[in-house]
Amino acid sequence: MHRTGSLYGQFKTLEQQKDTATLGMWIFLVTEVMFFGGIMLAYTINRHTYFHAFAVGSNTLSLPLGGFNTVVLLASSFTMAMAVWSAQSGKKQLISIFLTLTILLGFVFFGVKYVEYAQKFHHHLVPGKNFDISYCVDNPSKCEDISAADLERERGEIEEAKAADPNLNAHAQLYYSAYFGMTGLHALHMVIGAGLLLWLLKGSLAGQFTAEWNNPVDIVGLYWHFVDIVWIYLFPLLYLIDRHK
Amino acid sequence: MRTQPTGPEPQMPEKHYLNATYGIRSWLLTTDHKRIALLYLASVTLFFFIGGFFAMMIRLHLLTPNGYLLSADTYNRMFTMHGVAMIFFFLIPSIPAVMGNFLIPLMIGAKDLAFPKINLLSWYVYVVGGMFTLWSMVNGGLDTGWTFYTPLSTVYSNSAVAPAVVGVFITGFSSILTGLNFLVTIHTMRAPGMTWFRLPLFVWAHYATSIVMILGTPVVAITLGLAGMERLFGLGFFNPAMGGDPILFQHLFWFYSHPAVYIMILPAMGVISELIPTFARKKLFGYHFVAAASLAIAVIGFLVWTHHMFVTGQSTYAAVAFSFLTFLVAIPSAVKTFNWTATLFGGSISFDTPMLYAFGFLGLFLVGGLTGLFLGSLGTDINIHDTYFVVAHFHYIMVGGAVMGYLGGLHFWWPKITGRMYPEWLARIAAFILFIGFNFTFFPQFILGIMGMPRRYHVYPPEFQIYNVMSTAGASILAVGYLLPMVYLTWAAFYGKVAGENPWPATGLEWKTQSPPLTENFEVTPVVTWEAYDFHNRPDLGLDVPGGHGPRIVAPAHGDD
Amino acid sequence: MQSPLPIFPEQASNFAGNVDALFLFILMTTLFFAVLVTVLVIFAAFKFRRKSEKEVGDEVEGNLVLEIGWTLIPLVIALGIFAWGAVIYVNYRIAPRDTLDVYVIGKQWMWKLQQPNGRKEINELHVPVNRNIKLIMGSEDVIHDFYVPAFRVKMDVVPGRYNTMWFRPTKVGKYHFFCSQYCGTNHAVMGGWVTVMDPAEYAAWLSGESGDVNPVSAGEKLFTQLACVTCHLANGTGRAPSLNGVYGAKVLLADGSTVTADEAYIRESILQPKAKIVAGYQPVMPTFQGLVTEEQILNLTAYIKSLQSQPVPAKGAGIAPAAAGKK
Repeated sequence: MHRTGSLYGQFKTLEQQKDTATLGMWIFLVTEVMFFGGIMLAYTINRHTYFHAFAVGSNTLSLPLGGFNTVVLLASSFTMAMAVWSAQSGKKQLISIFLTLTILLGFVFFGVKYVEYAQKFHHHLVPGKNFDISYCVDNPSKCEDISAADLERERGEIEEAKAADPNLNAHAQLYYSAYFGMTGLHALHMVIGAGLLLWLLKGSLAGQFTAEWNNPVDIVGLYWHFVDIVWIYLFPLLYLIDRHK
Repeated sequence: MRTQPTGPEPQMPEKHYLNATYGIRSWLLTTDHKRIALLYLASVTLFFFIGGFFAMMIRLHLLTPNGYLLSADTYNRMFTMHGVAMIFFFLIPSIPAVMGNFLIPLMIGAKDLAFPKINLLSWYVYVVGGMFTLWSMVNGGLDTGWTFYTPLSTVYSNSAVAPAVVGVFITGFSSILTGLNFLVTIHTMRAPGMTWFRLPLFVWAHYATSIVMILGTPVVAITLGLAGMERLFGLGFFNPAMGGDPILFQHLFWFYSHPAVYIMILPAMGVISELIPTFARKKLFGYHFVAAASLAIAVIGFLVWTHHMFVTGQSTYAAVAFSFLTFLVAIPSAVKTFNWTATLFGGSISFDTPMLYAFGFLGLFLVGGLTGLFLGSLGTDINIHDTYFVVAHFHYIMVGGAVMGYLGGLHFWWPKITGRMYPEWLARIAAFILFIGFNFTFFPQFILGIMGMPRRYHVYPPEFQIYNVMSTAGASILAVGYLLPMVYLTWAAFYGKVAGENPWPATGLEWKTQSPPLTENFEVTPVVTWEAYDFHNRPDLGLDVPGGHGPRIVAPAHGDD
Repeated sequence: MQSPLPIFPEQASNFAGNVDALFLFILMTTLFFAVLVTVLVIFAAFKFRRKSEKEVGDEVEGNLVLEIGWTLIPLVIALGIFAWGAVIYVNYRIAPRDTLDVYVIGKQWMWKLQQPNGRKEINELHVPVNRNIKLIMGSEDVIHDFYVPAFRVKMDVVPGRYNTMWFRPTKVGKYHFFCSQYCGTNHAVMGGWVTVMDPAEYAAWLSGESGDVNPVSAGEKLFTQLACVTCHLANGTGRAPSLNGVYGAKVLLADGSTVTADEAYIRESILQPKAKIVAGYQPVMPTFQGLVTEEQILNLTAYIKSLQSQPVPAKGAGIAPAAAGKK
């Protein structure tokens, strides 16, 4: 199929092309809902069955870091929406600026995630042979990034949880399976999103998006917002279990 | 009475999609939906032979109760890989990726699918997934059963599970992309006048199939992803040693894999809904009901998955609920069967090969579908679950149903795809051989199941031998039935009689353009003013309609754009 | 009760009659519809075959009454079948109170069963006739399934949980049981026999055992019964070494040392299999402590001794290489 300007050969009008691409992205997002849905189901069932282990696991996550990342992603959705608005208003330079901001915010998110993951590796909280929920509590010198007060609190929580669930260590691994599975999948989607944004930026710098034709910005925006919404689910599900104490 | 095209001998068109461009790059980088369909045809046929090879090993081995041909481990790999190859790499793509891809734009009057590049991507994704799975097959193979139940697959199996899981995971995305493409195309790319209720039922069937593809496949993707993670990295959702639950795996797995069987049969039903009106020269009886039934099957099909798990010890109430829903999903299929049968009454029926396949489908799908009732009923399922009764049931539907539909469709549309006709008498003989071979192969398996022979057994008590021998004998006949079309269809593509635009004649839009079609399908976008299968209002078909054609006038095939 | 058709297994439990009756009902119904549609199709194919090249069929859209009819009638029949099946199932899943409980463990690739008085069985289940029997079942490794065709009962055994299943045997006899959830290599040989006995005989069996006079043949029977033969293949290709020629020979162990395979070694290998592992093999043999009496160990030893003269496979014997040369 040849392309005439922005119009691909299989379409008759730009309107048809736009409607088609938009419908395609919405349907794709439905498949993503089903994809994440599977792991959310596994999470839900295991959280219900092993609540104590999940609570202990959740409390080892850093609320400040998680909260910060949530704000970062919400901001990136804002900048993305601004990019779409700029495109629709025909403000070509602004598109590139907002896309760049979105990408930068995405990288900030990755940076924080890297810090969190690295911490988990050091603290023996990755499912597998070396997994030990009590590692930091038993070896405070190895976990210097946790304050003594926090370690005490953690020790208390673990003891309390062990009383209710003697197999706490095994079940806590399930929490971390969910943690790495869900955040890993989410991060992978963000990487893909960042790639899409870079591709958009390339087009935007070349001046391809006008008030008449800006559909790619629109539908990548849809994708980015979806990835953001997934995080809005993940944050409370993973970080905020039983935090009211 | 055999269909004979009338008029002067047709000529091959000068330019068409096959000779528009030359060279391997023009095929491997094509975005023409018709070429992509042929790429898929080649790859699914390859996997059909691979799966067929494993089937041959299974049946040969089961000739004797003591299993002298293969070791236990090897046999277990044979049936596993037979299932994986046939289900994921042949049945699920077959009709949608070959015929859906080729025909949907033609049937709706479009130049291509909505996303031609994504269409090509879907084929490459399939190929990559296929390569991973092939790697698993040649690196020791897979022995978990195609169902990958945990913890056998994640912890205990010594076979090449990880590459197979990765392969199936990747290929799932091919399915998702195809479904996405079809859904959007059918929504936004129909030609003027092609309203929803003028669409051929083949298109309705693929619409319903696409809904299942996009909603179900992601779930098996994440399920296999988690299982793969468990095997490779020790995640524990399905591992009881870590507090995980093997039954959770089964729920997640069957949530897709039951709707998957509808992905396999709905397109075949769509083919039958084209064949019967064409070869009875009569509108499909109850068009709206058949369209609605396709959607009903797709929707209700998502609500029955636990009927694969009636003996896992799950909640009795859940089992009762799912059995109830399972009986509900049987009804739309029954409705379709009655509508197909009713179409025959008052028709003008010819017995060309595609129609023979349609008859075969009717008979075999009938048996397969009805035997589902034994399995959906809780009381009888306890006894026949995981026996050869189940094996016979699903082969009647998947081979007797889906493969018959696939072959019937291939024959019907071969003249459109290649511009040439296949040899009719040889094809009819092959169809009979297939039908007879099929029944000899699989009917004895119902008996085996009732007698109590469990499935996936490399050795069996001697009292089961006679039916196993019968089944293997039938399989050898079946194999001949499959080989013949492979050979003569290939021959016909190059040397068959030139077919012309509409040899049957049939009423679909795809028949109102040259055979083979141009790359852009239609010289001029058609404008549709006729209903589907409306033989009484199509003077362009050149048939004798008593009382003349109806008041609705068919627009010229090449009207204004 | 006699089974309705020769291909049906015997009816030997309280469920069998009802299950078969439902099966027959479904069969009659499905046969009816299958024949109906087939006859209609064949009839139409002949009556309405094309008579001239350009003939077309009649113009018919559909018929609402027919559509409703052939939707509702199958629906009613389907729901009837559903209801009957559900009733059987609910009865099957809810065991009565007064049951004789047997514990069952499935593992790759054998069944271990324990009677109420503690007596253990392997791949065999002895039960008294006309008593409600409940099986409480678990798995040590993967999912298996306990299936008795003659009783028409089946239930998965799932690791990490217990599943229960009940039945009342109604006929004395021996009935095959099978594993019917694919569980790996030897899934197909993981079966055995359910022996239904008169209550008096069952009581007698439960408390003692009848001995076999010839220890070698008793041992040979045990060797099969206890599933030793599934791993200790004579030709050396099994998961465990062939026992041909092993008695009296020097065995090479995993830690490099050798030991002579005398009676004590054989007894230790049966009761504490992990004490000495033969070189090149995995420590997967289960212990038979509590599963065999001293008398049975003696019988097994006698049998293994009798394998001295059997051909030693080139690969897969536990015999130390130097010693093999001497033999």
